[in-house]
Amino acid sequence: MATENRPLSPHLGIYRWQITMTMSIVHRATGIWLSLGALALVYWLIAAALGPDAYATAQLLFGSWIGQMLLWVWVFCLFYHLCNGVRHLFWDAGLGFEIKTLYVSGYTVWVIATALTILAIVLAYASGGGP
Amino acid sequence: MSFRNPLGRARGLGSANEGTGHWMAQRISAVALIPLTLWFTVSMLHMTRAGYPAVSHWLHTPWVAVLLVLLVGSTFYHACLGLQVVIEDYVHDTWLKMSMLMLIRFAGILCAATGIFVVLRAAFGG
Repeated sequence: MATENRPLSPHLGIYRWQITMTMSIVHRATGIWLSLGALALVYWLIAAALGPDAYATAQLLFGSWIGQMLLWVWVFCLFYHLCNGVRHLFWDAGLGFEIKTLYVSGYTVWVIATALTILAIVLAYASGGGP
Repeated sequence: MSFRNPLGRARGLGSANEGTGHWMAQRISAVALIPLTLWFTVSMLHMTRAGYPAVSHWLHTPWVAVLLVLLVGSTFYHACLGLQVVIEDYVHDTWLKMSMLMLIRFAGILCAATGIFVVLRAAFGG
């Protein structure tokens, strides 16, 4: 059976931009980025298990400006993916599909994720160190 | 009117041959990761200035080791399930898709096994 000439449903280009589509793709992007963060987690655990020298090296890497930047991006991605994931769980339960609720929950995710990231940064540096 | 054949409907597996298994697994691991990631983030914020002795002491705490094993396991499980969907959505060449899916799973299991092993080593080690 020929599958090449079947009609296609309208793709992205035909729709007006909506925050919901951005949030959907950002959820995926943060998920992919967090998968790489999981590798950093394993590296940190390996360093901690190997002993003081390896751990000092890890502290040096994570403490460098690029390390700190990466960590904070990971923290934000984690909070975003977590908050938007909870939003997804509500949808899975059949809740929050009204257009207005969709937008309100969408903006709420950005606000909470940003607030939690700022709170984490404040807590981390208030105690005198970085992450 | 349903387009599903009677046998497929009876088995409830659909075209993916696994029904809602993947979907449920992704949700269940997501729910598990909510408390685990929050706990880990708060723990890390508490230890921003901690040197090796404090971290080592923390890793020796039994319940910390258990939660870390669960965190590492469910993180890579959830990551594999998520990356699988991304690959299935965007990679259409069968051979490339299959290779990437296999690579993602092997890498995920390798990382999870390594992570769990080092957590246990740190917990049981001197």
